[in-house]
Amino acid sequence: MKTLVLDYLERTAARLPDKTAFAGVDDSATFAQLLRLSRAAGSALLPYVAPRTVIGFYMDKSVAALAGFFGAVYAGCAYAPLNLRHPPARVLSILKTLDSPVVVTDRAHAPQLEAMDVPCKILILEELLAHTVSPEDERALSRVRAGMLDVDPLYVNFTSGSTGTPKGVVVAHRSVVDFILCFTEIFSITERDVLANQAPFDFDVCVKDIYSGIMTGASVQIIPTAYFMNPTRLMDFICERRATVLVWAVSALCFLTTMNALQYRKPDTLRMIMFSGEVMPVKHLNQLRAQLPEVTYVNLYGPTEITCNCTYYVVDREFEPGQTLPIGIPFPNERIFLLTEQGREARPGETGELLVSGTAVTMGYYKDAERTAAAFTQNPLNGAYLEPVYRTGDLVRLTEAGEMVYVSRKDFQIKHMGHRIELGEIETALCAVPGVSRACCLYLHEKGKILAFTCGRADKRQITAALRDTLPAYMIPNVFMQVDAMPLNKNGKIDRAALSALYENAHEKEVRHG
Amino acid sequence: MRDQILAILTDLVDGVDFETCTTLIDDGELSSLDVIQLIGALNDEFDISVPATEIIPENFNSVAAMEAMVARLMEE
Repeated sequence: MKTLVLDYLERTAARLPDKTAFAGVDDSATFAQLLRLSRAAGSALLPYVAPRTVIGFYMDKSVAALAGFFGAVYAGCAYAPLNLRHPPARVLSILKTLDSPVVVTDRAHAPQLEAMDVPCKILILEELLAHTVSPEDERALSRVRAGMLDVDPLYVNFTSGSTGTPKGVVVAHRSVVDFILCFTEIFSITERDVLANQAPFDFDVCVKDIYSGIMTGASVQIIPTAYFMNPTRLMDFICERRATVLVWAVSALCFLTTMNALQYRKPDTLRMIMFSGEVMPVKHLNQLRAQLPEVTYVNLYGPTEITCNCTYYVVDREFEPGQTLPIGIPFPNERIFLLTEQGREARPGETGELLVSGTAVTMGYYKDAERTAAAFTQNPLNGAYLEPVYRTGDLVRLTEAGEMVYVSRKDFQIKHMGHRIELGEIETALCAVPGVSRACCLYLHEKGKILAFTCGRADKRQITAALRDTLPAYMIPNVFMQVDAMPLNKNGKIDRAALSALYENAHEKEVRHG
Repeated sequence: MRDQILAILTDLVDGVDFETCTTLIDDGELSSLDVIQLIGALNDEFDISVPATEIIPENFNSVAAMEAMVARLMEE
């Protein structure tokens, strides 16, 4: 029985030893090489760590980094990718939470890590990978392996927490095996596919690339982060590596359209583009579809806490700007339901908080029982037996046609002039206005005003005139601010706190001068 | 034009000396997300559409380079 990701890595390495598993610009590894390097790193790590330790990896994405990750897994541990571009305070905060005796980095970034005065021993990846596995090491690896369960952590992914301390989502082997088996089957990903990896490794979008490769024998081509500043090199890489599937963040796909990258060069091998992370703006999707009409587009939805995604929607019709793409239907082996405020399941036409049940539900937040207990609970509709669910905090509407449509975060619901309003709905309407490319709304609770931030040429007068055609009067924003670009947070999502500060500053000036 | 570009840049990133810096990309002063936003803003402000072939570090390393590129694209 194959229960661990290592079982799948070994199966693929036996079946396709000489096929490229992962490749970057000037490094690559076949499945057999990846297996050998991983076992070397695993053996080298064993003296330092007890099973189920979570080991931080401070490095850029690369083939070697992946061998390091699997090395951690061979040592019975989990890996936690750390982002080089994060401020040292954040890296230290994560390492403090992990409380592991070691952290792994590469030679190039060791000085950076040393300068942070980290609370653990720094191991060098190149040295771990160069380790020679002795017969004694083999026995030690086998002993560790015999004790591993599919509920053991595989990776820990840190996401921003509303309180300021990052939350480490603990994902077990079984969730990844379960999800990727469904994912690769539904989208027919096989050893003939080439995935062009966009996502950094501390972002769980990359899990779909990495494990689709490990489990099916597909090759993964790792695009350097720097190429996302250089559209011609990016397109050359995608074309030359003959990518067939892109599993990207929405913001990265918007990069392709904003940068006119497809006018420069079109990849004729592409068959599927999947996107997730935030709501895909229809304008950008339509530009992609016009440029690459043969490609299948898939909207993926779901938070890290339920292992990548829990629903998918294969784009099967035309959308007009202002319409919202459905999030679609659940992946197999996941129970998705919408819980209304009255504590019952939503009926068609109603909105509720999306809850997820199944093997894909992860193991909570690392060393954070309080926040785990708040989000991972017993299914409130099941009083008969243990059924843990994850409460996403996302409000989703069930349409009359039975499709689920993302509405907004639970906490962005407002009550304004006696009406309950979802700010997301106003944002969608704003984006449909000609001359508005992006929009974000905040609610000024004290003043009882809806504040709209917009990018694009349209001014307040033009926008309100257009909104009167699409929204009830009470939903039309009271205050407008034009911005050149939306401030984004580290995950590329709109930074609402920064927008709020922008308003406060402008408002203060107004008060002082007026 | 220089002032408009400077205004866009200072809105985008705080604390960079855009007036004199000639290594905005090479020294990582502008991230890839910044560049996406910058190009969106330049397109809107000057009613141009920066083609992919123009999006190379040399065109974004300094305000002067950006100015030259925008001027060239506005003529076309």
